[in-house]
Amino acid sequence: MSTAVQVMDDVNVFDLAAATLRELNGALQNLDATTNQTAWTILNPRGAHALAVGVTAPVNITIDGHAGYYCAGMNDGATVVINGNAATGVAENMMSGSVHVRGDASQSAGATAHGGLLIIDGNASARCGISMKGVDIVVKGSVGHMSAFMAQSGNLVICGNAGEALGDSLYEARLFVKGKVASLGADCEVKEMTDEDRDILAALLIKAGCTESPDEFTRYGSARKLYNFHVDNAGEY
Amino acid sequence: MTEDHLPHIPQTPPRFSATFDPHTAAEIRRAAATGIYDIRGGGTKRKLPHFDDLLFLGASVSRYPLEGYREKCGTEVTLGTRFAKKPIHLKIPITIAGMSFGSLSANAKEALGRGATIAGTSTTTGDGGMTPEERGQSRTLVYQYLPSRYGMNLTDLRKADAIEVVVGQGAKPGGGGMLLGQKISDRVAHMRNLPKGIDQRSACRHPDWTGPDDLEIKILELRELTNWEKPIYVKVGASRPYYDIALAVKAGADVVVLDGMQGGTAATQEVFIEHAGIPIISAIRPAVQALQDLGMHRKVQLIVSGGVRTGADVAKAMALGADAVAIGTAALIALGDNDPHWEDEYRKLGTTAGAYDDWHEGRDPAGITTQDEVLAARLDPVKAGRRLANYLSVLTLEAQTLARACGKSHLHNMEPEDLVALTIEAAAMAQVPLAGTNWIPGRNF
Repeated sequence: MSTAVQVMDDVNVFDLAAATLRELNGALQNLDATTNQTAWTILNPRGAHALAVGVTAPVNITIDGHAGYYCAGMNDGATVVINGNAATGVAENMMSGSVHVRGDASQSAGATAHGGLLIIDGNASARCGISMKGVDIVVKGSVGHMSAFMAQSGNLVICGNAGEALGDSLYEARLFVKGKVASLGADCEVKEMTDEDRDILAALLIKAGCTESPDEFTRYGSARKLYNFHVDNAGEY
Repeated sequence: MTEDHLPHIPQTPPRFSATFDPHTAAEIRRAAATGIYDIRGGGTKRKLPHFDDLLFLGASVSRYPLEGYREKCGTEVTLGTRFAKKPIHLKIPITIAGMSFGSLSANAKEALGRGATIAGTSTTTGDGGMTPEERGQSRTLVYQYLPSRYGMNLTDLRKADAIEVVVGQGAKPGGGGMLLGQKISDRVAHMRNLPKGIDQRSACRHPDWTGPDDLEIKILELRELTNWEKPIYVKVGASRPYYDIALAVKAGADVVVLDGMQGGTAATQEVFIEHAGIPIISAIRPAVQALQDLGMHRKVQLIVSGGVRTGADVAKAMALGADAVAIGTAALIALGDNDPHWEDEYRKLGTTAGAYDDWHEGRDPAGITTQDEVLAARLDPVKAGRRLANYLSVLTLEAQTLARACGKSHLHNMEPEDLVALTIEAAAMAQVPLAGTNWIPGRNF
């Protein structure tokens, strides 16, 4: 094992000031489901890009500081906590597992993610949940413009406000917003909150440690008017 | 004087306007009737400056040729030598371009894999992800990383032999795409995480990066995801090749793919296909110049595509500086696309063999550009794969024939000095002399 790794109280502490990104990701990617090295802490991330990407073992990874682009990209089973902010594309294309950003997240958080849970304690910038494909995202603050653009499936919960063009060209993803929505994008509309919606939302709020009630939220979804191209709808785009 | 006594006056035949020719007039009437632009598959159908406008200068006194049937002319190529731990080694420099499962049937994708594998070259996925049939039958498979990320997952990414970040394609540089609902079968819908029967849009920009600085970080992530093993390609549609190639190299690409406007598409607006992008012969030299200016020619490999049909096209592209070529439309024709065997059925669709281009409608009589199970079953992937392999063999033999005639012991040794142009336009675009002169328009003044 690299000298950059120290084991303290059963936690593998990896100091990025003393080793390379490749060594870190290599160590994490070599773990499998049978590993007993289930707890990892990464020191001195200093905004490095592509931290803890492509991890497939069900391990706990704490990043102690700010993360750069694509942190936990394509995560497939790990539980990742970022004690700081995350730059563009945190948890992009996540397959399973969870990613928890203690601070704010930049653009395209959870982009194209297929599964798992992304929790952002602060705000998320533009295009949060863009082209999401099954992931659950809970943002405790607000999100920027064009969030859930072309979102295909999954659930996006926004405890704060949403920027302009929320859910533009939305497919089957469910959006829940507690605060104000600056504007809705093409083919996005207010939906009735069904019992199923309420159950999904309640469960996600509990998972994310939120105290809000589902009754405080409005549900948005696709009007499905643009699902098949028709020239009469050209002005909608 | 009565009419009977008029002298005979020759009649001129009806004359069509060159501007408002019958095809143009028909399109105006179609547009007026429907209110919607025309969508079709394939590449540009207009006559453009192309490889046909270039000729090889065979060896003579000043250079000596190699014996056509005895002396070796190498064809192998290695792609991804810049950073990847596991570069790709191909027997021939003719690869199969990215075409999606969804736009093509599973049998067609399997046939492409089979043919490429027999020939010792690579094939490429497309929008919609990697199918087991394609992976199983492809010795070397390039996995496209597209804006939609349909079907993108870590497992398949790691199964790939190379990753191609698609920024654009020659048929529609700057455009996304749309797989129309009639081609969305249960399987296609499942792979793309979308309901069956709805139009599936493919975005024109990536969801999590814009611009060359972001691309550099995206490529870093892809390398970290795959242990720096796999070559990373960046594919661009030919429009501003000097700058686009330079920026792709700056971002860290191992291989750049340059697709000219003759390249095909599964479905795009006719106006896009015919009026955006530049011909491939005008794009290769600026791309090579960018690589040379950066000291990266032959270090970052250049694959060119868009209208490659013959071994002569292969040889000419490589003489202009490419390391390899990619074929798409030609590969589909080799499989059986637009074959006169199905003429009766093409007629029922209001077209004729050789002109059928409504690939987006999913009614392809040849069973290639369809998800209809009955039609798709018409294509035997084993036999079609063999036809593709035969065709690839012919392309290789033809390119070798021309290379030996120029005295070259490897296709990579061909050079612009082996070429002349038949037209001033081609001379200017390919930056080789007009035949019989030493004049390269734009130079030598």
